[in-house]
Amino acid sequence: MNDPILNVKNLTVDIPVSGGTLHAVRGIDFELNRGETLCIVGESGSGKSLTSLAVMGLLGKRLQVRADKMEFEGRDLGSMPQRQMQALRGDRMAMIFQEPMTSLNPAYTIGDQLCEALRLHRKVSKAEAMARAADLLGKVGITAAESRLRQFPHQLSGGLRQRVMIAMSLMCEPDLIIADEPTTALDVTIQAQILRLLADLKREMNMALILVTHDLGVVARIADKVAVMYAGEIVESGSAKEIFDAPSHPYTRGLLNCIPVPGKTKPGEPLGSIPGIVPSLIGDVSGCAFRSRCNQAIEACASTVPERSAGGEHKYRCIHTQLTSEVA
Amino acid sequence: MLAFALKRLGLAVLVTFTVSAISFSLLHLSGDPATAIAGENATEADIAAINEQYGFDRPFAEQYAEWLWNAVQGDFGQSYYFKLPVAELIADRLSVTMTLGVCAISFALLTAVPLGVLAAIRPNSLIDRIALFISVAGQAMPSFWFGLIMIVVFSIKFRLLPPSGSETWRHFIMPTIVLGYYAMPAIMRLTRAGMLEVLNADYVRTARAKGAGAGRVLFKHALRNAIVPVVSLSAVQMGFMLGGSIVVESIFALHGAGYLAWESIGRHDLPTVQALILIFSCFYILFTLLSDLANAWLDPRIRVG
Ligand SMILES: Nc1ncnc2c1ncn2[C@@H]1O[C@H](COP(=O)(O)OP(=O)(O)OP(=O)(O)O)[C@@H](O)[C@H]1O
Ligand code: SF4
Ligand SMILES: [Mg+2]
Repeated sequence: MNDPILNVKNLTVDIPVSGGTLHAVRGIDFELNRGETLCIVGESGSGKSLTSLAVMGLLGKRLQVRADKMEFEGRDLGSMPQRQMQALRGDRMAMIFQEPMTSLNPAYTIGDQLCEALRLHRKVSKAEAMARAADLLGKVGITAAESRLRQFPHQLSGGLRQRVMIAMSLMCEPDLIIADEPTTALDVTIQAQILRLLADLKREMNMALILVTHDLGVVARIADKVAVMYAGEIVESGSAKEIFDAPSHPYTRGLLNCIPVPGKTKPGEPLGSIPGIVPSLIGDVSGCAFRSRCNQAIEACASTVPERSAGGEHKYRCIHTQLTSEVA
Repeated sequence: MLAFALKRLGLAVLVTFTVSAISFSLLHLSGDPATAIAGENATEADIAAINEQYGFDRPFAEQYAEWLWNAVQGDFGQSYYFKLPVAELIADRLSVTMTLGVCAISFALLTAVPLGVLAAIRPNSLIDRIALFISVAGQAMPSFWFGLIMIVVFSIKFRLLPPSGSETWRHFIMPTIVLGYYAMPAIMRLTRAGMLEVLNADYVRTARAKGAGAGRVLFKHALRNAIVPVVSLSAVQMGFMLGGSIVVESIFALHGAGYLAWESIGRHDLPTVQALILIFSCFYILFTLLSDLANAWLDPRIRVG
């Protein structure tokens, strides 16, 4: 029971591009226990989606995914045959995507698509699957579920479609749900509802949740663990309390700058903006990728930067052991 | 859906009348029908008699109205050449053309769709290049030339297939391939382009995330969406193939409606030509209509508002 449900060590994703190799994810580690919520935060392009998709085994063959370890419930995902991976996907681990408008197949009804998620993994009749689908639609807050089942995706709003996606991910009662910015494409008012829904369902069903989000207010409310990504690396990770109480990486501090107290921030508020741009990750990358934007940067930041422990699970990757208080 | 279908149907009927009126006028302007019937050695008096007998001396609009009135009742007059009712003549020939058309479109779909899918799964692979070559060759090569080559190779050199006639199914093999190849490149490329797009769609990723296997993802989720425009293109291609059928039937002396049209034009057999034009345009419009309906039927975004 104490074994982590997901244990990832040194995950890299390389993408061949015209100018060489894009090192989009560069050796990240994380662990997640049963029933825990890990929030991954970081700005656009930092590799959050690639990380999520790599765990699900959904990246195309063109992208090279490598890891020293990528274990789900004690089984190595990296070496697993395609068939076994298929058996896990949608059953034990499910994913909710960033793009609710286009993630449902326009040719089939909501009911058909929900049923498929169950019937791919369980021997149940269509009627039983439909009953479960209707049940779950109710659970994700969709009224008149029976008639919704007969509708096609284009007849639903973005918020409803994302609720359908959530219901779909729950069809087999997975142990892990990966939600990749499930609300970014939705209206602000809907965003909060959907995130609250996810958090509630997760607690009710005792699932592990990886939530990729920009919304630090939500992170403060629901995360057990936080991983801060920057330019393909996890620059800081730890329990939510550790991160919010003692942010140790200059980038994390920059992010938290405009979030004074956890829990009091309005949902949907954007990350604090830090001036500067992310360096190109094409070709060899050395030193701290944040140094062009960091106000604590020193010469040594251009060489290898060690990962430091700040006690407990709390780790960060910076040249400084002790940061001066005026940052970002 | 019903209102949509009725609107399209109304439009189709209108187009058919327009086509028949235009073709009727053009044919009557293109030469004096009485001279054609009477032959080269006819006297003034013969021609006058024929004009009288067939009613060519009446006002043009009256002639058209009479023809149309009879035509909608299935009476297309007598063939000048065969001295037979045109309706009978055509009914017989049309079954040959329809057989050829159905075989050809089936051949085109059965080769084009799998090839397009394979090409899309592995873009720039050997199979993709072969598919591209086949489609470019198909588009560059005129049907009559391809037909002649087939005859030279399979009938004359290897003596495998009969070069002409329509008596047995073996007579239909080469025409089917030639006519099918005419429609195939467009279908193949649309399948390939559609599959390429759809395979990158978010909902295909969703299907994989659910745990669907490669085959299911490919056929149930991807092809089902990519095929929608292909179905409507095929219906339109059926219409175009009627034109191609005239060429192909002439090459292989296949006694179908296309061959009859070709011969009748040469013989100035006006009633036959007019009837054929009307029937061909009806078919063409029917196929276009079918294409619209198939599109609406296959794509819930059109069907369900
Ligand atoms: N298939 C691909 N081909 C080329 N580059 C890619 C591909 N997928 C992702 N990338 C690049 O990899 C980097 C990381 O992408 P990723 O989608 O993981 O970012 P993200 O953190 O999810 O950002 P966002 O918040 O915008 O979703 C980006 O620079 C992106 O351009
Ligand atoms: S390593 Fe240097 S550049 Fe990077 S965050 Fe620390 S101080 Fe800033
Ligand atoms: Mg993303």
